[in-house]
Amino acid sequence: MSVAHSPGIRRWKRPPLIKSARLRWAIGLGAAIYLSFAIGSIEVNWLRVYEGLDRGWAFVIAFTEPDFVKRWRDISHGLIESLTMTVTSTVLGILLSIPIGLGAARNLAPLPVYLFCRGVIAISRTFQEIIIAIFFVAMFGFGPLAGLLTLSLATIGFLAKLLAEDIEDIDPGQAEAVRATGARWLQWINYGIQPQVMPRLIGLSLYRIDINFRESAVVGIVGAGGIGATLNTAFDRYEFDTAAAIIIIIIAIVMFAEYSSGLIRARLK
Amino acid sequence: MPVGGQGIARTWQRRARSRQFAIWFGWLAGTALFVYCWQLISETTIWAFFWDSPRVAADIFSRMMPPRWTYIEVIWQPLWDTINIATLGTALAIVLAVPVAFLAARNTTPSATFVRPIALLIIVSSRSINSLIWALLLVSIIGPGIFAGVIAIGLRSIGFIAKLLYEAIEEIDDSQVEAVTATGASRSQIIGYGIVPQILPAFAGISVFRWDINIRESTVLGLVGAGGIGLQLQASLNILAWPQVTLILIAIFATVIVSEWVSAKVRHAII
Repeated sequence: MSVAHSPGIRRWKRPPLIKSARLRWAIGLGAAIYLSFAIGSIEVNWLRVYEGLDRGWAFVIAFTEPDFVKRWRDISHGLIESLTMTVTSTVLGILLSIPIGLGAARNLAPLPVYLFCRGVIAISRTFQEIIIAIFFVAMFGFGPLAGLLTLSLATIGFLAKLLAEDIEDIDPGQAEAVRATGARWLQWINYGIQPQVMPRLIGLSLYRIDINFRESAVVGIVGAGGIGATLNTAFDRYEFDTAAAIIIIIIAIVMFAEYSSGLIRARLK
Repeated sequence: MPVGGQGIARTWQRRARSRQFAIWFGWLAGTALFVYCWQLISETTIWAFFWDSPRVAADIFSRMMPPRWTYIEVIWQPLWDTINIATLGTALAIVLAVPVAFLAARNTTPSATFVRPIALLIIVSSRSINSLIWALLLVSIIGPGIFAGVIAIGLRSIGFIAKLLYEAIEEIDDSQVEAVTATGASRSQIIGYGIVPQILPAFAGISVFRWDINIRESTVLGLVGAGGIGLQLQASLNILAWPQVTLILIAIFATVIVSEWVSAKVRHAII
């Protein structure tokens, strides 16, 4: 500790997160310069914001008296579409991500297969669901099918990546033991590898269900079906009470899904 | 051990019969649900479009190539805005999420019966609503622009950061807190010297991780009018300028890859 210049009084100081003082100052200074530029480049129309506060307040008030009834037909239709999309896309996504996950594990797959599967994963991870949804709507037409395929693709990016990483981390001893019995490739996967990654795969799949539901509420904005379209319309009409009702329903379903998947995961461990 | 067959021909079975039935029934119910949902979707789908899609995809692809490289002049500014939305949104979220996390963690909350549920409700509401929906809402309240995007990203990230942070706070080593308490430290000193040093690496990791996610999310906020490169994407799609769309997608891809690299580097350095 640098206390050489003040003999007599030695004061303890907390050790900083970043050890090198020069790096610490450089990062701090860089952050300050960046922030001043970034904040400077935002143009805020304060008058517009001020005018909007009334509407914001109206929205907050709407949460105290959400209107489930007036647009119930639209809401229930969108909700059913969202839920069916969630179920089908999760199932389809899991079915597709298992082979891709196996292919993306370096200890199982030959290099060309590995590169191809990693490529699929990288593409599905970089582009937001919405961008993919725009393309799928253009290709498959409006409606939940486009949303379903979007969410399936997004599920692959998530699940296959984590599955592949999990397979790469397995205990090779067990897999080798199964292989030594003369098992075929499929038997090797089924008895040597699958039992080791199954608990985590189930946990991740459950987690993906609620991600898919949350995302299914958004893809509707670009026409891929689901509750998002209803919500978008509600905002466009400034029907905040209906919007509040939809948001409350989404939060409730997400909470329910999170709670029940937590229970199942706790039982699996 | 569950055993099947009779007399000498007894064979080992993995599960008892009732359990086997329960599992079989579970699969049946799951499959039925899937088929039913599939049917609902299939009813609203025009399958002719689906079978036509390879041709459409090929058509779109041929229109997209080659990318219009000169368009890059136009998208520097929106790209800069996109990064600003992500960064300032993350900064806003950090400022708001830290107190929420301390109120939500079981070992630091002032009242487990009153304050904690409210903090948890804030976390779950912020997490369940996608940033695009927040943006939709904010654009209709405060008008289109980057400002709405920053706030939307911020509101969505509060839940994420606060959740991971409060879990980190709950997992700290209590003996260090106890040691600081034993010196007669005040409440704020306990937090500052006993808790904060323990969660600081996790906190930095979480923030950078969220920043990385936010870069990805802020690329699409423009679709609902909340600024950034999404605006350009929307405009190009509307006028069917596919070569521009390609360039924008390449730009997004590059930005996301760089941000992921930065985030991985920083997290690696911290942990």
